[in-house]
Amino acid sequence: MCRTEQEQEPERAGGDGSLTQDAAFTALLEDSAVDLYENAPCGYLSTLLDGKIAKINSTLLAWLGYTREQVVGRMSFTDLLTVGGRLYHETHYAPLLRMRGEISGIAFDLRAADGSRLPVLVTSAVKTGTDGQPLLIRTSVFDARDRRAYESELLRARKEAEEARREAEEARLRAERERERLQNVLVTLQRSLLPPVLPEIPGLETSAHYHTASPDRLGGDFYDLFSLGDGRWGFFLGDVCGKGPAAAAMTSLTRYSLRAAAIHDPDPVTVLTTLNTVLLERYTGREPRFCTVVFGVLEPEGEGFTLTLASGGHPPALLLRAGGGAEYLPTPGGVLVGVLPHPPFTRTSTVLSPGDTVLMYTDGLTEARVDSGRALFGDGALLDFAARLAPATAKDTITAVTGLLHGFGDGLDDDTATMAFGVPASGAAGKPA
Amino acid sequence: MNVAKRNNVTVTGQRGAPVVMLAHGFGCDQNMWRLVVPALAEHFEVVLFDYVGAGRSDLSAWSEERYASLDGYARDVVEICRELDLRDVTFVGHSVSSMIGVLAAAREPGRFARLVLVTPSPRYIDDGDYRGGFSKADIEELLESLDANYLGWSATMAPLIMGNPDRPELGQELTNSFCATDPDVARVFAHATFLSDNRADLAAVAVPTLILECTQDFIAPREVGAYVHAAIPGSTLVTLDATGHCPQLSAPEATAQAILSFTGAAP
Repeated sequence: MCRTEQEQEPERAGGDGSLTQDAAFTALLEDSAVDLYENAPCGYLSTLLDGKIAKINSTLLAWLGYTREQVVGRMSFTDLLTVGGRLYHETHYAPLLRMRGEISGIAFDLRAADGSRLPVLVTSAVKTGTDGQPLLIRTSVFDARDRRAYESELLRARKEAEEARREAEEARLRAERERERLQNVLVTLQRSLLPPVLPEIPGLETSAHYHTASPDRLGGDFYDLFSLGDGRWGFFLGDVCGKGPAAAAMTSLTRYSLRAAAIHDPDPVTVLTTLNTVLLERYTGREPRFCTVVFGVLEPEGEGFTLTLASGGHPPALLLRAGGGAEYLPTPGGVLVGVLPHPPFTRTSTVLSPGDTVLMYTDGLTEARVDSGRALFGDGALLDFAARLAPATAKDTITAVTGLLHGFGDGLDDDTATMAFGVPASGAAGKPA
Repeated sequence: MNVAKRNNVTVTGQRGAPVVMLAHGFGCDQNMWRLVVPALAEHFEVVLFDYVGAGRSDLSAWSEERYASLDGYARDVVEICRELDLRDVTFVGHSVSSMIGVLAAAREPGRFARLVLVTPSPRYIDDGDYRGGFSKADIEELLESLDANYLGWSATMAPLIMGNPDRPELGQELTNSFCATDPDVARVFAHATFLSDNRADLAAVAVPTLILECTQDFIAPREVGAYVHAAIPGSTLVTLDATGHCPQLSAPEATAQAILSFTGAAP
């Protein structure tokens, strides 16, 4: 059969070269079906419908370490599987094969004669007779050691990722619950530093609002309004330096010092001086703590009230007059409380007539950032805002200022306390019965 | 809740005739009954369904809590019977579904007239003198096989196939879809199936019961068939000349004939 070539290429004929070429050509023909089957690079087996192995190739026998005599007619395909694999075979593989006539790429572990496990991928097809009746099942088996090792690795990685995700989610939920709990504590603590409601004062409308910048942090702003027992009323509004538990503790001390001092002698300068002494005594050396505060007394007079107040480094109160227009009530020279041994505090006084309202606030309001963070809201803008608002009742003033605070959005990053007192213009609201 | 849609209920056969309800086991879905349905449909109204999590059921109705025990599957059966108002039902359960049928009949005794338990096993794991044939380690191996073979299951295709029985063309996208199950669902069903122990429930079976077993069944060997037969008072045991765990596939005519004879529908 090589003659044609020899004739076409006479110069290469003869010698060893010719023999080598003949062998290579014969090999290329691959004309032995038996050899193709027996020594294929994959395993082959044919089983009867009841699973008995009827034929198996040498490759698969070599992988398993069985002789042909041990297997053919004696073993079933499922005998080669692990117990778990047999369960899978009965519940998935066999039904699918029966219903579809073929099934491909299923992962099994084969058990070799020596007990070792051989991960394989199995594909089966049913051979039918001319009448369509199934005759036997042909199965090819591919060595899948590397592939299965890789897949196990992927599976393991996925399980780890799922586990990590689950743990992270649990941690997140725990943190959220903890944060919620802490916020509840903070809200309770913050509330304890403010009066739950302002007392009702005949002939005077009162209103207050506390704006919390962050639910996670205790603010240091405070206010209160209380009876001095002789028809007069004491009030204060202030801001301790810093935030958090230490600031809250100082706020608490400040509040009770102011109230105790006021019962003893309500003169505003005396009250602030007493508070200064208390703070200096309590916060010494490496732990300087101070606050700004305005303290005052309201005393009924005619149709209105006399307002006397002193300020320790606090932004001035703002008066909204009955006839329109607004003005600050300056308290020049007052310094921070808790810094100097003998601080100067100055007293000032005014009369709230029907239709007049006084507004007090902490510096969160005037130091809110406006104009995309480039500028502070400032005293001038607050005065303009109040002038446009006046005349206004205490409630309307606080409502308007609260709206202003909300309007600052992210520009407001500090807590802000506001409190207003107004003598009703009509003489209807808040009048004694 | 539309139970019929949830469980992909299919009703075929003679309307108004006595009801035969066919319940698939662990692994595939109601297609397992395809070869016996034609013979049964001549005499019965045949009700087929997929358990939630299998076949084309509504996967969104699945929860691990409910389907971690066979009671959850028994509730599926009872809820289908209630919604379709099925009575005097001949319940045919394959493999684990035979025990699910035992539980369902105990829950709602009035609705079930007969039980046909196809290759049943009340407990797969060996226990003292009792030979179920398996150890816990064997079941772990099965779970490994489930993990290694998704059978064409894919998270992207699943929502299309599940709960869309009216669009069968979707299922053809997946080569092996009729046994394709969400691996998490399959794992829970495998645990519920192979770790269950219903031996104590057998004595309470109060309806005529037929047990069908195969001559060679790796999952439910004849020793187990004999146990079930002895435990259910007055039960009938028929050994089919078939191999494997699924006689409705390997010997459909004989399986259908046994059911017909038992119900008196055929000699």
